[in-house]
Parts: sequence; structure tokens; C-alpha cells
Amino acid sequence: MKPLRYLPALGIIAVIIALWWVTALGSLIFPTPLAVVKAIAELAREGTLLQHVYASLYRVTIGYLGALALAIPLGSLMGWFPRWFGAVNPVVQILRPISPIAWIPLAILWFGVGDASPTFLIFLATFFPVVVATASGVHLVEQQYVRAARNFGVNGFKLYQRVIFPAALPNIITGMRVGLGVAWLVVVAAEMVAINSGLGYLIIDARNAGSRYDLVVAGMVIIGIIGFGLDAVMRRLESLEEVRWRYGT
Amino acid sequence: MAPDAKITVRNVSKTFRTGRGGVQALEGIDFQVGEGEFVALVGPSGCGKSTLLNMLAGFDRPDTGEALVDGRPVLAPSRKGVLITQRGSVFPWMNVQRNLGFGVNGMPEAEQESLTRHYIELVGLQGFEQAFPHELSGGMLQRVEVARALMAKPDVLYMDEPFAALDALTRLRMREELIRILERERHTCILVTHDVEEALHLADRILVISTRPGRIQRTVEVDVPHPRRLSSIRLVALREMVLSELGVTQGEDRTARPAVAGTGVQKLTAGWASDN
Ligand SMILES: Nc1ncnc2c1ncn2[C@@H]1O[C@H](COP(=O)(O)OP(=O)(O)OP(=O)(O)O)[C@@H](O)[C@H]1O
Ligand SMILES: [Mg+2]
Repeated sequence: MKPLRYLPALGIIAVIIALWWVTALGSLIFPTPLAVVKAIAELAREGTLLQHVYASLYRVTIGYLGALALAIPLGSLMGWFPRWFGAVNPVVQILRPISPIAWIPLAILWFGVGDASPTFLIFLATFFPVVVATASGVHLVEQQYVRAARNFGVNGFKLYQRVIFPAALPNIITGMRVGLGVAWLVVVAAEMVAINSGLGYLIIDARNAGSRYDLVVAGMVIIGIIGFGLDAVMRRLESLEEVRWRYGT
Repeated sequence: MAPDAKITVRNVSKTFRTGRGGVQALEGIDFQVGEGEFVALVGPSGCGKSTLLNMLAGFDRPDTGEALVDGRPVLAPSRKGVLITQRGSVFPWMNVQRNLGFGVNGMPEAEQESLTRHYIELVGLQGFEQAFPHELSGGMLQRVEVARALMAKPDVLYMDEPFAALDALTRLRMREELIRILERERHTCILVTHDVEEALHLADRILVISTRPGRIQRTVEVDVPHPRRLSSIRLVALREMVLSELGVTQGEDRTARPAVAGTGVQKLTAGWASDN
């Protein structure tokens, strides 16, 4: 990749920062970019930055992996067996449109104010996109591959492992990418309520305890950068040779 | 015909039930194929050729009669009879080498490796072992398809218009390659094709199937040794015979042979296959 490729993107970011700076100069409360950079440096010095980032990432990791572990097998069953689809899909479609944020009160009721509540919310947020993508990916596996595999005597779980799963993998990865994006949105929202660590907590705490808007924006910037990083990891997955055939590149 | 034929198809009929009633694809088909024999099936579109291959490869069952391989009905697909289709089924998520290995899973690694090397060479894909299917041409993909099938050491190779998606020149090359490969490793083969010249070039015997419901209308023995010249008097005569069985009326200038075999027949077959 040539560095020139990044030039337009960097240019747009520079323009936004410049506009922000101009707007912020006239305000006593809204921080300038410089103030935000200083705030990030302060958080980093204190060591709280890493602590909050770690807390958020930990919850996302556990909730996300838990959701994948359940959603991929369930989605596969739904995609392959019409009976499973008929039985499970209505429930999935009813629960799916409910925003994970709406579950916050119940999550706190059930799991208290520790790590469990946000982890549960992440699980919910990730589970549905991955189930739906896996089910449709498996359902759409081309018959000629399945027939060829059977012709070579590959059946049962081996057929799933060697043909159905890899054939559906591009769809599954797309679902995983959507899921991870939603997970990162949700963790911050979940941490704004009844939790005392994480990037969401950092933002709410900075506002409540002394209107430190430089820290509020610092938290936002870090959330954005990490979200960008997570998406970049998922894009790497999409560029693997084993799945590229589906994306047409 | 020998009673110990490799393949025996006896009085096979097949009707498909659809929402709009039934379609009778085949009616009372009878034929035998000997060990190591190459038989071509030609016939108009929709006459049940693919249905017949599907039944022999174990993907479908006849309604009446029996389709026997080695004297036994084929109850399920297996490596004993590998089917190659026009749509192709090379797995796009595996490189060429792993595609070839797919059919022989469970074989010791060293053995599998040397076998893969042998077949890569046989179909002329050296240097493309690590390539993924989306990086290959249509002709190369069909070679992978053929190599993967042969590597599983099937007793019978079923080919359902394997080269139909290729251009005329590549198709001709693939034919020559197939002849070369089969000279080195003899297999019992059944080929379905729309291309009469392809059938004449490859087969020991051609079965002409009638319009739906498909019945065997005529059997043509291609009693010409390899290498065959399609312009030889005998093959031209056989070609006329097959085409007239298919109901193709010939033009006056039929003695004027096209330089590249296959391009001419495309035009000729276009007439009778227009109900495609
Ligand atoms: N699964 C199916 N359900 C319903 N009808 C079918 C099915 N498979 C085949 N048929 C019908 O059976 C007939 C024979 O089909 P088949 O595919 O065997 O023809 P074919 O000789 O291979 O034709 P072509 O040369 O065009 O490939 C057709 O009329 C087709 O519509
Ligand atoms: Mg067909």
C-alpha cells in the first residue's frame, strides 16, 4: 500500500480538527484539540487510561467470544436444517430488533453491577447479527460443493467441517464484523450505568465529577480509535485467501 | 454384451413430480458399459442425460428398473463413481493442491503428496499448486476438476458436459488431454455431451438418446483407433449418421471442413439444441 492512499483520509481528519479548534476557541467549556491531547497524556501518565481500556476490552472479548461460540453452531443448524430454522428463527427475529441498551435495567437486575452485566449486553448485541449471518451463509452454500464432497465420501460432521463451514465463512465473517462494531458501541453505553471502570465510565465520571470536558472528549477519541482498530482487524480476516473468493476481489 | 459388464442399466424410467404435474425424463433405458470402455451419451436438451448420470453416481434413484455398477444398485454417492459437471465444483476456499487432496483424505501425508505431484503433472498445472481457484482460467479449473476426480481412483468417471463452458479451442485441447490421460490411466467413462465431434473424438461407443422421455434411439460404435482424425472418411460418415439420428439436416457444403474442429459443429448443433 502506498502512503499516498491515506492522504485524502488524513486531509479530511485535518479539516475536522481545524474546524473543531476554531469552534472551541470561543468556548470556556468545550475543549480544544490541544486540551484533549493533554488530557489523554494525563490519563496515560496516571495509568487510568490503560485500566479503563483494559476493562472495556475485557468485557467485549468475553461477551463477543461467548456469543460466537453459541451463535455459529446455532446459526449453522438453522441454515442447514429447515426444522431448526422454523423453530428458532421467530424467536431470533423478535429479540433482534430490541436494542441491547433496552436490556440494561434487566441486566443490572439479573447480574448486578459487576463485569457480568456489560458482558451480557455485549453477548446479546453480538449474538443476533452472527446468528443471522451464519444461518444465511450456510443456507446459501452451493449444492455443487456439497454434492462433490458427498461424491468423495465426505459426510456428516466432516462435511460441515470441510465444506459447509468454509463455504459459509465469508458470510460468517461479515456477521462477525458487524457484531464487533455493535459490541463496541454497546460496551460504552453499558459502562455509563452503574459500573466504575471502562471508557464509558470514564466519560460519565469526568462530566459528573467536575465537568472535565477535556476528559469526556479524550474518552470519545480513544473509543473511536480503538473501534477503528477493531474494524481493521476484522478487515484483515476478510482479506484471507480462504474467504476472498466470495468478496469478489 | 458381456453379462459381467461394469455398468448395467436395465429398463430405467424416471418421472419428476413438480407442482405442475409430472415430467417423465427417462423411459425404459437399457444399456451396458464394459470395464474400461468409453461411452458417450448425446441427445437433445432435457432428454434426461444428466438424470441418468445422477442415478449412476448415486445422487438419484430410478423409478423402475435398475442402474447397476458391478452388479449392485448404487445407493449413495461414493468415490467409486465420480461425477464431473459443467458447473464445476472445485472448492474456492482451497488452493489447487488441497483441492486435489480432498478426495483422498486419510491417506498418509507423504503418499498423498507424491500422488498430488503426479496428478498436477498429468494435467499440466505445475507451478499452480498454491494458486486459489479464483486465480485460474476456466480451462485450468476443469483440469483441477479432472485431476481431483482421477486422484480418488474412481472405478468409473462420469462427465456431464465437462467442457461445455470452455471456448472451442480450449475444449479441443481438453479433449486431447483427456485422451492422453486415459491412455496412461484407463478408466471406465461415461460422457454426456452436446458436441458430436467431441463424442466421436473420445468415445468407443455413442448412444443417441431421443427427445423426452429419453429412450436409446441408436447405438453407434466408433470403430476407429486413436489417434483419430476427425476428417477421416470413417469419422465423417459416423458424424453424418449421428447428426441425422439427432434430426439435423445437413447443408450442401458438408465436405468443406472447418480448420478448427469444434467450431463447425457448434453451428450445426445450435440447430437441434435450440430448445436449451
Ligand atoms: N429435480 C428435478 N425436478 C423436476 N424436474 C426435473 C428435475 N431434474 C430434471 N428434471 C426434468 O427432467 C428432464 C430431464 O432433465 P435432465 O437434466 O436430465 O436433461 P439433460 O438431458 O441433461 O438436458 P441438458 O442437455 O439440457 O443438460 C427435464 O425436462 C427436466 O426439466
Ligand atoms: Mg444435463
